[in-house]
Amino acid sequence: MSTPYAKLPGWVEYGLIPLINLAVAFLVAGLVVLLVGENPLEAAYHLINGAFGRGEYLGFTLYYATTFIFTGLAVAVAFHAGLFNIGGEGQAYVGGIGVALACLWLDQTMPWFVVFPLAILGSAFFGAAWAFLPGWLQAKRGSHIVITTIMFNFIASSLMVYLLTRVLKPLGSMAPQTRTFAEGGQLPKLDWLLAIFGLNVGTAPFNVSFLLALVAAFCVWLLIWRTKLGYEMRTMGHSPSAARYAGMSESRITVITMMISGGLAGMMALNPIMGEQARMQLDFVQGAGFVGIAVALMGRSHPAGIIPAAVLFGMLYQGGAEISFEMPSISRDMIVIIQGLVILFAGALENMFRPAITRLFTMQSRRAAVVTQTKGA
Amino acid sequence: MDNIAIELRGIDKSFGPVHANKNINLKVRKGTIHGIIGENGAGKSTLMSILYGFYQADSGEILVDGKPVAIRDPNAAIAAGIGMVHQHFMLVENFTVLENIMLGAEDSQILNKGIAKARVELKRLEREYALEVDPDAVIEELPVGLQQRVEILKALYRRADILILDEPTGVLTPAEADHLFRVLEQLKSQGKTVILITHKLREIMAITDEVSVMRRGEMVATRTTAETSVEELAELMVGRRVLLRVEKGEAKPGEVKLAVEGLTVKDGRGVTMVDNVSFNLRAGEIVGIAGVAGNGQSELLEAISGIRRAVSGSVLLNGKPIDVTGRADPSELRDRGLAHVPEDRHHVGLVLKFEECENAILGYHHDKRYLNGVFLDVDAIRKDAEKRIGEYDIRPPNPRLKTANFSGGNQQKIVLAREMERGPDVLIIGQPTRGVDVGAIEFIHKRIIEMRDQGKAVLLVSVELDEIRALSDRILVMFAGRVVGERDPDATEGELGLLMAGVEGRKEAAE
Repeated sequence: MSTPYAKLPGWVEYGLIPLINLAVAFLVAGLVVLLVGENPLEAAYHLINGAFGRGEYLGFTLYYATTFIFTGLAVAVAFHAGLFNIGGEGQAYVGGIGVALACLWLDQTMPWFVVFPLAILGSAFFGAAWAFLPGWLQAKRGSHIVITTIMFNFIASSLMVYLLTRVLKPLGSMAPQTRTFAEGGQLPKLDWLLAIFGLNVGTAPFNVSFLLALVAAFCVWLLIWRTKLGYEMRTMGHSPSAARYAGMSESRITVITMMISGGLAGMMALNPIMGEQARMQLDFVQGAGFVGIAVALMGRSHPAGIIPAAVLFGMLYQGGAEISFEMPSISRDMIVIIQGLVILFAGALENMFRPAITRLFTMQSRRAAVVTQTKGA
Repeated sequence: MDNIAIELRGIDKSFGPVHANKNINLKVRKGTIHGIIGENGAGKSTLMSILYGFYQADSGEILVDGKPVAIRDPNAAIAAGIGMVHQHFMLVENFTVLENIMLGAEDSQILNKGIAKARVELKRLEREYALEVDPDAVIEELPVGLQQRVEILKALYRRADILILDEPTGVLTPAEADHLFRVLEQLKSQGKTVILITHKLREIMAITDEVSVMRRGEMVATRTTAETSVEELAELMVGRRVLLRVEKGEAKPGEVKLAVEGLTVKDGRGVTMVDNVSFNLRAGEIVGIAGVAGNGQSELLEAISGIRRAVSGSVLLNGKPIDVTGRADPSELRDRGLAHVPEDRHHVGLVLKFEECENAILGYHHDKRYLNGVFLDVDAIRKDAEKRIGEYDIRPPNPRLKTANFSGGNQQKIVLAREMERGPDVLIIGQPTRGVDVGAIEFIHKRIIEMRDQGKAVLLVSVELDEIRALSDRILVMFAGRVVGERDPDATEGELGLLMAGVEGRKEAAE
């Protein structure tokens, strides 16, 4: 007997189930808020309002979302080939070198639209290079990618401390960061995009790398579902033995996939470095590489799922900051708990409500089938 | 009617939209061997899983010795006196026989007493049922037939009165199967009840007292074995008349297409799986390789098709060497006219999560007609898939359906269509009809013969001896990695059986 298998309509699979999971996550989060002695409804209001209430808030939400789209895509690409790249953090961090070099070199002489393409290439190159080694070690030596990418996160961290305190720091400065870039090293804001909707972006660093993220999402879709390489990646991800049978080179696909994944993670660096700070600081990634795992998980490794999932996490970051500002007894750590709950219910416990929902729908479809049968007779 | 050991009344079970068991009624008389036969996917395994407590029926009841029982899990089944011997053994490989038999029935945290008790009980069972096996032997060192005996002892140790055997002969040599049947007779004579699930009609005729036939989730008939025939049962299983024998003309062998010389293959642990094998395969003939599963056939196919590295030996394809010990690459071999239908279509031949049309290009995705530069030409791929769905009668005819949702027979047709369609010079086929329903078997056999008649060279590996005999023009028998004999397809089953068991082969080699 083959495995029991029931197919749900698309809107249930990709719409209803994630929404139910999300609702449960927020319900449990509400209980946590209640435990601290605060009003969960008030917290929910601050969360939503803080994320979307004003043009500036929305700008921040989308700024965070941009970062998470890049890291989410990075994890998703690797995941399609059956590789679990949890080194997005380090790859994004090292990708920053590429951005910084392009900016430090040309920011005083060239406009942003000349520096930006170079920075894109630089970030992707350094991110890919940082992912190449774990990929190569997996392909040739069989060292497990989960272990090596984690270790490479630590190496990246040490490397960047060294670079930012010794090499890239301007003389005489005490801060572990590069000098501030001139205008050519700063990305224009997307104030006009929000202005279309009558919103004012204010001080929010919502910048053109958001558009780049959307382009990247489309390119990832093309890559995975419309190219030969993507086909090979998916074959290997689903069944390595089938890939071998088809004559695909496992080591080649592993290395290339990891480099694409690392390149995407590296491009995340554009957003904070060129889009917000106008310099490279210590720890500018701030865990975005790990959030990317949750985003990819929740978005089912599909670009169309990753974008809304990234916006959701952008909302939790921005709205969460507002909660802790407005309700001092809810600390920053509480926000992390809420984010954790979302990951738990949307990612890890994704299938918790599925059996019940499936039963509901098959009951309904069988009834519908009976109706058509009687009509037919 | 107090001689009914087990009765099922109105058992109904669905998995989502799949109605696996429809209102099943079954009575099994005490002290008989009752066969349950049906095609793959007919619902036999589901029914037995309900009986053994793996699944819960949606409705219906189970009566043991006339009393209704609720079987919520395997423990409840064991308590009701039901034991099961699974198709894939549930044994701990590195435990001894005794430890395996005790597992889950240790009685206490301190093992000493349990071990002593188990040893005594095992001795008694051995005497009573002639099931000799060394209690201190480690499972992985025992031949398959003895491992199965341990499974039976496990059930008896738990005081099973009703024994369910799920496809028990799939992994056995004919001689081992005969021995198993003698054991089952012995159990019957001791008053035990045996339920035998199989899709092999011959076994049903040989050993059962009564037989129930399942088709598409329904119990369509129960017959007394002595009063029925193979033809009637086959017709009941499929729902129409089937040709059990394939019609084929004389082979007209041409030039040598594939020449294998001294091929030796080792597995990951360094154990020799294929030992110095040589043979020729000519255009326009089917060479069948018979043997019990695990005697090197799989490794032989993998080495020839470039998936597995050989240690030594040479293979010539169309007169030109294949680098079997070095860089042989499956996609290069495909270009050179070697197509391969792998034994394991679920993990190797197909990606079950892919759409049908995506699997239709697996291995041929370099083909220009599917590509636009680096991009896939999705329209061309789907059109091509649709064409072949028509030619090979693949159902449902939907190239965008997930492959996992096709039945075994249709999945196999997807692979065959892909590998046969380009007219390869050499076609290597492993287990063409494993897990395939009878209707599709007929279709697949016809296609294989057609390939031969078009002058292609076909190398066929199957554990179904009947299939090998029906299709092959020459039969090679493999035992322990070596080709131990070559026979005509008219060789008797007994003769081939002895070769497969390695008995005749040793004599022949000595002469």
